[in-house]
Amino acid sequence: MNIAEYFRLSINALMANKMRSILTTLGVIIGVFSVILLVSLGSGLQSYITNQISELGSNILFVIPGKIGGTSGPGETVNRLTLTNVKYLSERLQGIALVSPQIGKTTTIKFANKSNKNTNIWGVSANFPDIIKTKIIKGTFFTKSQEKNGSKVVVIGPTIVKNLFPNTDPIGKKITISGGKYTIIGLSASRGSSFGQNQDNIVVIPFTAAKKQFSIDIANQIYLSANSPALVNLVKKRAKEVLLTRLDEEDFTIMGQEQILSTVTNITNVLTIALGGIAAISLLVGGIGVMNIMLVSVTERTKEIGLRKALGARRQDILTQFLLEAVMLSLLGGTIGILLGIGASMIVAVFFVAVVTPWSVILAFLFSVAVGVIFGMTPAIRASKLSPIEALRYE
Amino acid sequence: MKIDPVIQLTGVIKDYGSEEFATTALHGINLTVYKGDFIAITGPSGSGKSTLLNIIGLLDTATSGTYLLNEKDVTKINEDQQAYIRNREIGFVFQSFNLLKRVNVLENVILPSIYTGTNKTEREKRAKELLIKVGLEDHIYKKPNQLSGGQQQRVAIARALMNEPSLILADEPTGNLDTASGNEIMTIVKDLNRQGKTIIMITHENDIAKQAKKLVQIKDGKVL
Ligand SMILES: Nc1ncnc2c1ncn2[C@@H]1O[C@H](COP(=O)(O)OP(=O)(O)OP(=O)(O)O)[C@@H](O)[C@H]1O
Ligand SMILES: [Mg+2]
Repeated sequence: MNIAEYFRLSINALMANKMRSILTTLGVIIGVFSVILLVSLGSGLQSYITNQISELGSNILFVIPGKIGGTSGPGETVNRLTLTNVKYLSERLQGIALVSPQIGKTTTIKFANKSNKNTNIWGVSANFPDIIKTKIIKGTFFTKSQEKNGSKVVVIGPTIVKNLFPNTDPIGKKITISGGKYTIIGLSASRGSSFGQNQDNIVVIPFTAAKKQFSIDIANQIYLSANSPALVNLVKKRAKEVLLTRLDEEDFTIMGQEQILSTVTNITNVLTIALGGIAAISLLVGGIGVMNIMLVSVTERTKEIGLRKALGARRQDILTQFLLEAVMLSLLGGTIGILLGIGASMIVAVFFVAVVTPWSVILAFLFSVAVGVIFGMTPAIRASKLSPIEALRYE
Repeated sequence: MKIDPVIQLTGVIKDYGSEEFATTALHGINLTVYKGDFIAITGPSGSGKSTLLNIIGLLDTATSGTYLLNEKDVTKINEDQQAYIRNREIGFVFQSFNLLKRVNVLENVILPSIYTGTNKTEREKRAKELLIKVGLEDHIYKKPNQLSGGQQQRVAIARALMNEPSLILADEPTGNLDTASGNEIMTIVKDLNRQGKTIIMITHENDIAKQAKKLVQIKDGKVL
């Protein structure tokens, strides 16, 4: 008997029980579908976050207060990143890196009778746009001299434009921040949101103005930008040396993009695997469905098996027929599941993030084949071992 | 001229079950069947007729004794070799027809030949010829449950003939049929014998048994 013959036999048997075949296939479809979709979501999320971090630029370093992985958490230490220390750092890194503090707080800003809540006020240096990519869509950023003079000028983000200036041109208008009147000189482009934080509800002012306005002297963090990617490690080393002359080891942490990336990647990897694992369980359930149906089918067709054996079918003929039935069910389910999974991922990608990963497709495919072979094996072997006369007598 | 024995059974014993529920269905059967024979096996219910026929047809194996089929000892061959013999040398006809309900008449007749590996068009041609021979040319594409009992049994006979076996085994082929249909079947069976097929048939009915060339009576697992 050739292979086409075996296929014909199995297809006929499956077609004879269409509804049951469809329902069995459905189990595998759902399993494969969810594996692909959930893994796509996981990897989509991962690449989205990775992109967000990469957008910061590879030259960037952050100095944040406190020691990560030290005895006391970042929140517990006294922030000793004073503006004097920032200035000192800036002088010492002259020629290899740009330095900007970020000081300020979150408050409500007002214009006329309107107000905008929870606005992040960032007091930074004039070189800030050279460190953190900041696109100015209208107007200008503040200058070195405006920084020096502590000018009350402000660059506002899209959220503020939307809320306070729905119909008017904000440039030249004065907004109130903590009682101080600031002249709008520029509008920054949208940064979207990252890590659940709105990056557009931000106003940027000279750190000198912020210092006076809020009577604070401590930076929330310090941005460093090495003049070239090759200098990043040197800058990191030097910055640490410089800061250690004034601060203790526990007072600060210097983080590069790579560290952030690897931390985040670790988290998202775990997330992806967890999602995939959950989906794999449904695939397993689908596989057990295939086995269940095959067992029922063997029992139900015991007489048929007896008849086929009486007419000359060998053990391997019966084995092949039943195994093929199981494999075809799971392969069909697997293929449909893959197509649906890829389709759904593409649809999700339009609204959210999802990246179809080849390994998840391959894995799902192999899994569905394995499901067919493994779960079809037991019933098939059982069927093939029946003695012809006993199978024929079966009612 | 010496006629070759097709079947030679010597001291065939068949035990069923184990220990407590053990029954002996056949108590040392000796039987020789020659080429071209037409044998009717009769006997009371439970006497072991079906058991004997199943052993002859290699559907079951004897507990002890020897069985030579075409002068070859078939008690020692493996499962695949048994399947091979069932496929090519033996045609079965059962009391309850045993047709596959989900496929049509033609596919049912073709069934034995798919395990032989003959080419598809050839086997369809042969199946149709056989169906014409048993008078079912108008029912080739019907499903078995659209046919009468007599018609279904004729499909079963066509199926038994598909691989041109020399030996036809029939276990009460007319047992589920009325007299008229039974006679139709007997006409076909006798015709087959006339064409040279060796036939062993179990029956309860005297009228049927009389039409065979030889009578073998069985009682309590022994040939009388
Ligand atoms: N699978 C089995 N397990 C146990 N005992 C069996 C089995 N098959 C048959 N027997 C026993 O063997 C004996 C012979 O049975 P068999 O079917 O050969 O009788 P039979 O002559 O064909 O009867 P009938 O005319 O009713 O068909 C009976 O006593 C029966 O109970
Ligand atoms: Mg019987």
